Amino acid sequence: MTRSFSLRMPQLILAILLILAGILSIRFLSGTELEIAGKNLTSIALLISGLVFYSGVLVIVAMFEDETILSMALLFPSIVAVAIFVYGFIGWSIRVSLSKWKGLNPDYTWVGLKQYTDLIFHDQRFLIDVRNTAVFTVGFILGCLILGLGLAILLDQKLKGESLFRSIFLFPMSISFIASGVVWAWLMNPATGSRTTGLNLLFQNLGLDFLISTWHATPPPWGMAYTVIPAVWQLSGFAMALYLGGIRSISEEIREAARVDGASELEIYRYVILPMLSPVTLSAVIILGHMSLKIFDLIVALGRKDQRLDVPGIYMWTTTFDGTNYAQGAAIGILMLISVAILVVPYLITSMRAEAEL
Amino acid sequence: MTRRRAIRSVFYIVLLALAVFYLLPVYLMVLTGLKPFNEVDLKTMWDLPTSGLRIENFIAGYRQLAPNLRNSLAMVIPEALLSSLLGSFNGYLLSKWKFRGSNVIFALILFGMFIPYQSILIPLVKFMQTINLYGDLPGLILVHIIYGIPITTLIFRNYYAGIGTEIVEAARIDGGSLFGIYHHIILPLSAPSFAVVIIWQFTQAWNEFLFAVILTNQSNWPVTVALNNLAGSQLVQWNVLMAATFLAALPTLLVYIFLGRFFLRGLMAGALKG
Repeated sequence: MTRSFSLRMPQLILAILLILAGILSIRFLSGTELEIAGKNLTSIALLISGLVFYSGVLVIVAMFEDETILSMALLFPSIVAVAIFVYGFIGWSIRVSLSKWKGLNPDYTWVGLKQYTDLIFHDQRFLIDVRNTAVFTVGFILGCLILGLGLAILLDQKLKGESLFRSIFLFPMSISFIASGVVWAWLMNPATGSRTTGLNLLFQNLGLDFLISTWHATPPPWGMAYTVIPAVWQLSGFAMALYLGGIRSISEEIREAARVDGASELEIYRYVILPMLSPVTLSAVIILGHMSLKIFDLIVALGRKDQRLDVPGIYMWTTTFDGTNYAQGAAIGILMLISVAILVVPYLITSMRAEAEL
Repeated sequence: MTRRRAIRSVFYIVLLALAVFYLLPVYLMVLTGLKPFNEVDLKTMWDLPTSGLRIENFIAGYRQLAPNLRNSLAMVIPEALLSSLLGSFNGYLLSKWKFRGSNVIFALILFGMFIPYQSILIPLVKFMQTINLYGDLPGLILVHIIYGIPITTLIFRNYYAGIGTEIVEAARIDGGSLFGIYHHIILPLSAPSFAVVIIWQFTQAWNEFLFAVILTNQSNWPVTVALNNLAGSQLVQWNVLMAATFLAALPTLLVYIFLGRFFLRGLMAGALKG
């Protein structure tokens, strides 16, 4: 690759105009407040001015005809955004979690790991949260994997109406956790006697009284297990789609070879297909696992901040924004981050390495 | 052969039973929504309406959520368009103009899509307050675009990786520039991945709750926040709530029904390349 610099007048004029326009509007905006339709858009306008200025710089960079530098320069804004909003903010959160900031005014007095040791060793509520997350995570992952695999095997039988069934099992994924939480709260209504309703009423009508349940109002720790039902309802279709993709990618010849060797259909699934699906299971566990460690909206909509169904995400929210205990809220957030990182980082590194070897 | 047919019938029965389970919540929402007010009763929740179908519940539900449905729409459309443009460019650079360390940068960007947002929430709120974007939709749009960078970049990068490097190499030898190749070769092939990303970001932002509840004030609440608030209110009848929930879920449901193919692809991209 040759490095050269070609000065072209039109580009140079364009670059100078963009840079000047950027600088002028930044100077103008830093003195005034820009309001459009009652919204204060000064910062957005500043951001756009900055980008105009930067595109002028890019035009000059492009004149060097070194694509590597140009590529880096073009990625730069996104890299900066992620660097600030992900890594910078994580660092800032860590700093808050090491302080004793409680109340509306920031207080960065250093207290070391006190917030963490208090949470882990002395905080009953946080221990309940950890237990609830564990119950939820195990139930949610097992439920999604078993149901997803079962559905994928059923749909692999080349039955009529396959695509309709597939759509039915997948559509809950398009609905928000809030909406499904609201509906499932009514379906899993624990009221008894003449106020019986929801699924319990349906079971009563169908003569299936033995299925009547107190659902998520069951005393701890098992009430939490019922919150798994709506979560599995929403995401088992995702596991199904992953497994179906995995099964379909196994060539018919392999199955045919097993058949010739005298294996029954059941044995083919058990000894041929299932072992080949373990990478799919791993992906599914990572994706579903990281979702369940951060589960928040579904439980908010379902449990309406019922203390017995508390999870770290809700604790973080209430302690920070209702209790103004910022330091503790930050510590909970960072503990959540650590739990997700333990699950995700090794997976990210191995898939990046595998890709680099291709 | 009869044994085989018996097995197939069992499969169908199981599939149908499961389909009923998956459709039950939607059935309840639609059934309740279509009943006249005077037939609504918790004791007859599952009974079909006897005196004809009405849409009173949907109208009442719409009255509750109308401003919030508009807020969500005003937020989601610019968000989906802008983040797909950004993702397309990032994906192009990270797949076709790799430089030393670009894979590490990609991995670092990707990590951003897994983090629990509780771990950045306090700085985010303080930052948004400082730059005067707290409480309103432009700020929420900006936040969704930035935290959308990982997934949009990932989807486009994987898609562009499937476009032969030979074409791009040939164009480079012919003197094609970085912008020229994007404009003449990559962009015309990008329509499917734009569809995937726009639909994905639309669904994500429409359904998102945490940022929405923390970063907007009441007059700017998107529909998820308003719906959650409605569900906690003692003043709203459950039948109106069911109808309102259906309306809140309808836009993404319609996207799924009509563009499900693209939705599924976004989903799979989210699982990386297992």
